[in-house]
Amino acid sequence: MTSQAHDQPAVVATAPPAPHSSMPSIGSLVRRPEVGSLIGMIAVLVFFSIFGGANFMSAGGAASWLNVASELGIIALPVGLLMIAGHLDLSVGSMIPASSMTIAIISGHYGLPIIVGILAALALGLIVGFINGVLVIHTKVPSFVVTLATLFALAGLTLGLSIILSGSTSVALKSGPIAKLVFGDYLGGKFQVTLFWWIAIVLIVGFILNFSRFGNWILAMGGDAVSARNAGIPTDRVTIALFMSSGLCAAFVGMSQAILYNSAQVAAGQSFIFNSIIAVVIGGVLLTGGYGSVVGIVLGTLTFSIVNQGIFYTGFDANWASLIIGVLLLAAVLMNNTFRNMALTYAPRSKSRARS
Amino acid sequence: MTTPLLRLAGINKSFGPIDVLHDISLEVNRGEVLCLLGDNGAGKSTLIKILSGVHKPTSGTMEMDGKAVAFDSPRDASDHGIATVHQFGGTFPLMSIGRSFFVGAEPTRRWGPLTIYDRKRANEIAVTEMRQLGITRIDDGDRLVGGLSGGERQALAIARAVHFGASVLILDEPTAALGVKEAAHVLRIVLQARRKGIAVIFITHNVVHALTVGDHFAVLIRGAKAADFRKGEKSREAITDLMAGGEQMAELEAEIESFSATDDRPAPHGASHA
Repeated sequence: MTSQAHDQPAVVATAPPAPHSSMPSIGSLVRRPEVGSLIGMIAVLVFFSIFGGANFMSAGGAASWLNVASELGIIALPVGLLMIAGHLDLSVGSMIPASSMTIAIISGHYGLPIIVGILAALALGLIVGFINGVLVIHTKVPSFVVTLATLFALAGLTLGLSIILSGSTSVALKSGPIAKLVFGDYLGGKFQVTLFWWIAIVLIVGFILNFSRFGNWILAMGGDAVSARNAGIPTDRVTIALFMSSGLCAAFVGMSQAILYNSAQVAAGQSFIFNSIIAVVIGGVLLTGGYGSVVGIVLGTLTFSIVNQGIFYTGFDANWASLIIGVLLLAAVLMNNTFRNMALTYAPRSKSRARS
Repeated sequence: MTTPLLRLAGINKSFGPIDVLHDISLEVNRGEVLCLLGDNGAGKSTLIKILSGVHKPTSGTMEMDGKAVAFDSPRDASDHGIATVHQFGGTFPLMSIGRSFFVGAEPTRRWGPLTIYDRKRANEIAVTEMRQLGITRIDDGDRLVGGLSGGERQALAIARAVHFGASVLILDEPTAALGVKEAAHVLRIVLQARRKGIAVIFITHNVVHALTVGDHFAVLIRGAKAADFRKGEKSREAITDLMAGGEQMAELEAEIESFSATDDRPAPHGASHA
């Protein structure tokens, strides 16, 4: 290793500088850590198209896993950003029913205009996110514990207040055609409109992570929070903003679910806690922070959703889905580690060798 | 006599009842390398932390260019031109070279109505600055820092400090984890930084490395400055003895000798095991 570093310069110095094209070469593509996630997604897609038959590949089949992916994806993206910055947010599991109940009680039970319910639900997400962020910063307690606490606190609050205000754990909501069309409808009778919201959020989060200074700060914070602060990054503000974005996105999903299903339940949404983490980790984000990509998170979300829904199209008992997801998670993490190490050891030497 | 760039006078530091540094006075000039020598626990890291704004001295004064300064935070110290490079250089192994080079000071460009991170420019500048320090193997700023060798990471961190206009460069054991060749390269980079007129504070417990680049030496023992001398005033042996506390080292050597004498005989214990 050390001798290479010193024998190399003489050789490279005489060679013309490598052309810097904006298109990545095949060599560097193979060394992109997202390749692991892509292979994983293709593998499960192929697996379920073989065992799931024609139905799985039909529009209806695709819709079933894309709908799951869109709701999970909207939450997985900000959760992924948080994880890249070195934090976890478990409270999304309670945020979803809290926001559903908020809009259902305000606009359903009390009959206020739907826009009031929508804004209140989203505001609640921002507030809970803000509280999470402030608690994490000021208590120095790991965000896992802080958001575990808010997960339970918020669940209790939702249940208690729902009983007091509406006398029920399930509230019906009738929303107008516009709210339905924008947040909770099926296109062509199959595809949820949340798909478009997911695409929009993918673009926004992708821009933030790859093309904004803020994205660099997120990566740096996850890599080493102390060094990041010393480099002048407002780490406290970034942390709060990230928790607020995950609160907002979870609230968005809860709100759109209430509009879609015309009702809200107190006990919905707990599955999103682990599912979002699984999707993000399958997507190659490092649980300890400092590394991850939006492409990876999207691929991880799709992979999870394909397995989650694909099982119903096969002849297998649906109970096996969790087993597959467990194995898949482990395999994905191992594969991601391999590809990340390849990315670390990637050197221009191999590029020139490939060219010659 | 010119004013030293950085002057410490009577610096004391205690953490509660524990005194860590007593009455440290040091001067560093532009274009000079001050080697701070000392055994583990001698107070070197505390002194660095005071210089880089992590800790505040309990008493004593710091001056830069003849003006008294007090650093509230590491950020404050770096705004005064003090850059600290730690043993493992870049602390963001999974960030690209360009991104980690500009952490907290990212170059941007306009893209339609948006202001975006200028990846191309960041990569170009980072690679160029590293090349100037003799790291010519790296030609792609998108490579991850974790893929660099230890010496290259040090070079990246030093290049970063130089680029952002550091006037005082604190290097905390930069050669400790490196092989012989890599260490030699880092020492060469230290001399390059010195030539640019930067005041370098080089912390090490490797006397050979210190003697190679140092103009001026200070030895810390148990929190106090035990010696302060210029290049050529003391031999390598004298410095080693000083660092280890003089007599203790002689005793230790005698002890080692008696051990190795007994080791020369074949070890019956090991033989019976085989």
